Amino acid sequence: MTTAPLSQTAFARPARLLALPLILLAAWEVSARAGLVDPHLLPALEDVISRGEAEIANGELLTALGASLARDLAGFAIGASLGTASGLLLGFSHLAQRLFGPTLRVHRQIALFAWVPLIAVWFGAGEAGKIAFIALAAFQPSLINTWRGVLDIPARFRELAAVLTFSRLDFLRFIALPAILPAIFTGLKAALIYAWQATIGAELFMTIAPGIGGVMMQGRQLFQMDLVLLTILLLGVIGAGFNLIANLGETLLLRRRTS
Amino acid sequence: MARIPPQLLTQSLQSSAALAADQHAALLLGGYHPTPTGDALMQETITEAGVVRARIPALDNLAAKDHQQPSAVYRLAIFVVTRLGPGLILPLVLLAVWQLSATYGWLPDQILPAPALVLDVLQERISDGSLWDDTSISLLRVLRGFTLGAGIGLALGGALAASPRLHDYLNPLFLAVSQVPILGWVPLLILVIGIDEGLKNSLVALSVFIPVTLGTFQGIRDVPFAYREVGQVLTFSRLQSLTTIILPAAVPAIFTGLREGLSNGWQTLVAVELLASTEGLGFQMAYGRQLFQLELVIAAMLVIGLIGFLFDFLLGRIETHLQRWQVAA
Repeated sequence: MTTAPLSQTAFARPARLLALPLILLAAWEVSARAGLVDPHLLPALEDVISRGEAEIANGELLTALGASLARDLAGFAIGASLGTASGLLLGFSHLAQRLFGPTLRVHRQIALFAWVPLIAVWFGAGEAGKIAFIALAAFQPSLINTWRGVLDIPARFRELAAVLTFSRLDFLRFIALPAILPAIFTGLKAALIYAWQATIGAELFMTIAPGIGGVMMQGRQLFQMDLVLLTILLLGVIGAGFNLIANLGETLLLRRRTS
Repeated sequence: MARIPPQLLTQSLQSSAALAADQHAALLLGGYHPTPTGDALMQETITEAGVVRARIPALDNLAAKDHQQPSAVYRLAIFVVTRLGPGLILPLVLLAVWQLSATYGWLPDQILPAPALVLDVLQERISDGSLWDDTSISLLRVLRGFTLGAGIGLALGGALAASPRLHDYLNPLFLAVSQVPILGWVPLLILVIGIDEGLKNSLVALSVFIPVTLGTFQGIRDVPFAYREVGQVLTFSRLQSLTTIILPAAVPAIFTGLREGLSNGWQTLVAVELLASTEGLGFQMAYGRQLFQLELVIAAMLVIGLIGFLFDFLLGRIETHLQRWQVAA
């Protein structure tokens, strides 16, 4: 079912992949040129492109993007490292798991954005609050995945370490760490995506600060559809970029792994 | 008591201690009922080893007294302490610190309201019905969006798995859409469809749609080929193999998608209500924040957490029910 018939040449598949996006772009262009839709609601493609060129030329968009990315990575670094460390602790320490496990599981049920008002009051709605919120978003997936990864170490791995009378450190270095690395990476990848979502959320919910979310809101308030579309495009590109980097890193780090 | 020879008494004490342990085990299983015999002061029992043991019912009863009626409360207490015991420490400590901070006024109420204040707000809002109003509005919204998003997601995921050609056509667009953080669509959608119910429904639906499509697609695609062959051998029609073979085998992946979808949808709804709404739990939080009445915010958070938990629990129960045919490996 998954193999294409031989009659379809190497060009058929790329053509199919590109068909719908190209048709949509063409429809957009035609309807904008023919005046079928309100240009305020759907500006012509070249307007969006020229807007992009202008924004890049005056540096505003790139500054905003840089501010957002810096915020995102700061929050990600804090949240993901805390989350991974806590996941390891909970996985390896029975006591920690029994003490903190239930609370963390309940904590996970509270919708992420429900923390915004509390964090805004506790950390302020400025930079600290935003980074704290992003860190919270990155914390949960890295914690859960690492924790699960440790629990899922096959029993025979532990037995092997016992038979070879490995010290605790050797067990961690040679057996546990390689075994849980994929899970840690899954967690970090999810954390990266959550953190990016939270960055946009923090910029929309908390005080206006330089950032891509602020640009979006400005575009909405001034009814500049070209700017709004441009930012969505940018968000998508960054999201895809994060995915790409995470996948590359995963393949590089885990290339020794045979499955 | 004075009539009992001393060596018999020590014997019986030992045996009653041993019995008490047995009784305790039996009590937990719910099967043991000690029968006090008032007239006979002493009974003799012969064990397999032939050792004569004396039992004094009065002493047996004394030893078993603590556990005579294993009430539901007793069992629940044992369950809670053994299962959750250590897990309860952290919440209790946090609660205690919170209460202490309130008692000694370490933090102003605008930063951390007293637990009692939060309870008051909850009680007040439950009794005047306003909590239920907000909750039902939010629930209705999320259910509408979930139904829409999950419906489209299930259909699209199934179609993508059934036709590799369709998958080629649609996947690039789907990937592109799923790369954009969900809140990134907010400004665009506000401009196009306004800030009314349509905005909430479509954003929730979009956030549900993406994981449900992915889960359904992967679940159906990964059904082992051997399963499909069984259908072919039995000359099942397409519909028959879909409903009796493919869907049941894909249930775990589909439910992973549905659970993630519902949890996404709930998150998104709270976010949208914070941003643009005049009712609902998210709006209550935004309102409480503006008034610096954090007790409103925390009360709403508790309800939001409870509903998130219930959603996950319910879908988990449905999944277990749908999977009851599976024999544990």
